[in-house]
Amino acid sequence: MNKKHAAGGSVFHLTKRSSISRKKAWAIRFAAILLSLLVCAVFIFMITKQNPLQVYAGIIDGAVGTNRRLWVTIRETMTLLIIAVGLTPAFRMRFWNIGAEGQILMGGMMTAFMMINFGNTIPSGLLLVLILIVSVAAGMIWGLFPAVFKAYFNTNETLFTLMLNYVAIQIIDFCIVYWENPKGSNSVGIINAGTRAGWMPQVFGSDYGLNVIIVILVTILMSLYMRYSKQGYELAVVGESQNTARYAGISVPRVMIRTMMISGGICGLAGAIIVSGASHTISTATAGGRGFTAIIVAWMSKFNPIAMLAVSVFLVFMQQGSIQIASQFGLNENASDIITGILLFFLIGCEFFINYRIERKKESGEG
Amino acid sequence: MNVILTFIQQAIGQGIAILFGATGEILTEKSGNLNLGIPGIMYMGGIAGLMGAFFYENGNENPIPVVGLVVAMLCCVAASVLGGLIYTFLTVTLRANQNVVGLALTTFGTGFGNFFGGSISKIAGGVGQISVKVTASAFRARIPVLSGIPVLGQILFSYGFLTYLAIILALVSTYVIRRMRVGLHLIAVGESPATADAAGINVSRYKYTATLIGSAIAGLGGLYFVMEYLGGTWSNNGFGDRGWLAVALVILALWNPANAIWGSFIFGGLYIIYIYIPGLNRATQELVKMFPYVITIIVLIFTSRRNKPENQPPASLGLNYFREER
Repeated sequence: MNKKHAAGGSVFHLTKRSSISRKKAWAIRFAAILLSLLVCAVFIFMITKQNPLQVYAGIIDGAVGTNRRLWVTIRETMTLLIIAVGLTPAFRMRFWNIGAEGQILMGGMMTAFMMINFGNTIPSGLLLVLILIVSVAAGMIWGLFPAVFKAYFNTNETLFTLMLNYVAIQIIDFCIVYWENPKGSNSVGIINAGTRAGWMPQVFGSDYGLNVIIVILVTILMSLYMRYSKQGYELAVVGESQNTARYAGISVPRVMIRTMMISGGICGLAGAIIVSGASHTISTATAGGRGFTAIIVAWMSKFNPIAMLAVSVFLVFMQQGSIQIASQFGLNENASDIITGILLFFLIGCEFFINYRIERKKESGEG
Repeated sequence: MNVILTFIQQAIGQGIAILFGATGEILTEKSGNLNLGIPGIMYMGGIAGLMGAFFYENGNENPIPVVGLVVAMLCCVAASVLGGLIYTFLTVTLRANQNVVGLALTTFGTGFGNFFGGSISKIAGGVGQISVKVTASAFRARIPVLSGIPVLGQILFSYGFLTYLAIILALVSTYVIRRMRVGLHLIAVGESPATADAAGINVSRYKYTATLIGSAIAGLGGLYFVMEYLGGTWSNNGFGDRGWLAVALVILALWNPANAIWGSFIFGGLYIIYIYIPGLNRATQELVKMFPYVITIIVLIFTSRRNKPENQPPASLGLNYFREER
């Protein structure tokens, strides 16, 4: 059946929808989400042999059951959202920035560097501002390399940015040797645990309030930049057709380099938010695969900020919930990756049914 | 002399898993599919083989090594093909973006491996770490007489059969791609699917077949790592970034599986050379571990500068083919 679909074969006939009502599109997405939850329930049932409804109650409890859990879910959602926002301009330009992991790590590394070395000498407010600046700069530089080579040599950016992730991981490992605390532990530990120097201050009575403010601000600014600025328009034109861009007098290399610096910069900022605003430590797992998940978030949301927020909330909610379930049953937390994977497959797959209409052919009708 | 011998053996031991992955990914990429799910598929293949052997050994009083080996191979291939099927169904049939699907598959597959690797003995009602010594002994069996030859035997014949299978698969793949009609059709599909379609080649069938076979081969890399390298046990994230190194090796090999053979030995060597360079401290060791990636980036830049057509990635790599949008 599959092949018949793809080849536009004899039983089914595919037509591209010229338009679809918003209601219908959301109905399809909703159906996909329900279906994915059903598959997840089967999976959870097979592992735990518990009533899936109870398990889902457990997931809700794990994600938002206590004030602390709720804030962790909010924090993780914001982190995923800002990375997705950072990736948006690059993808809009059809530049496959798979290197968010590396850009986050470089931003996080500079944050840890500032916290460790200047925690006692620079006043806290100024230190925080400096942290934000240097982490953005570090992310920018990490985004700059692949952009320059793509712009002038047409080097494949997917593979280039991917490799830079692992270069960044080794740099972090290198730094950990110097920063480890206590000596010999091979981990950095909580930085400035006593003085809280370079930590983001409490806002709204929560440690993560400032994270929310920064992320929402960046999201709004990016959305304005993409929609109303000349630069946002230019990068969309480059994404649609480089030839058109050239014909219109847009310098493709310039747009490419500029856009990737913005994209990398925001991912670097995400690194600062993770290190200074959440974990207060640095390790090779600081990015933790979120750079990859965010790619999918940005792509599936078609760069609509509201949709990005919704997808981020959904994914993080399920992740946090399933981590809780797994630890309840003494299983390891990688269960959440399986759940995430299943949800993503359905969300990715349902786009097809939004874009295409499948019709059964009449018996006599020949293609 | 002994140090050099051990180094060569270890480099080859590190390289074989990467070689399986690269051979699988080259076949896949030749059809125009950039499958970034290969690292996840390798995790899936590894854990499935391990689980198959685990349940076989647990269910039998006196497990026979060879039967365990067959069970492990079958489970490994089945799980890898399942991973490949998710990828092809979403990208070829449902026309979803290849990078997005691939990355989701890697998230899924890595989680799949680590979850079951860490929990399977608990789920089965046991305690402690999963271990399949009997089956692993079949994977680790060496060629009897030949491996006894000094030096030559140690370098050439001191490995389990998967090592030789990896090399044979790479050579066969190159032969098929370069010399056989199906291989030439495959290249046509990867270079220009519209032209291939017009010539009467079933593009979707080629994409499906190449990706599924590629996934099965890549999965064997995970099985090799679990059975021969680790000796029939699991360590969470122990496979590490080898899956991505396999994707990198595709570039170094210039999309030719035969080149991937020596390329995998180089990568394997670079992976462990920090142990053998004298005078490194812990910090500089980490910098030396960067070599495989930096070298890949340099090769990538050079291949994009040179314009030799046979050394380039397939022209339609990463792009899906829609007949209606020609």
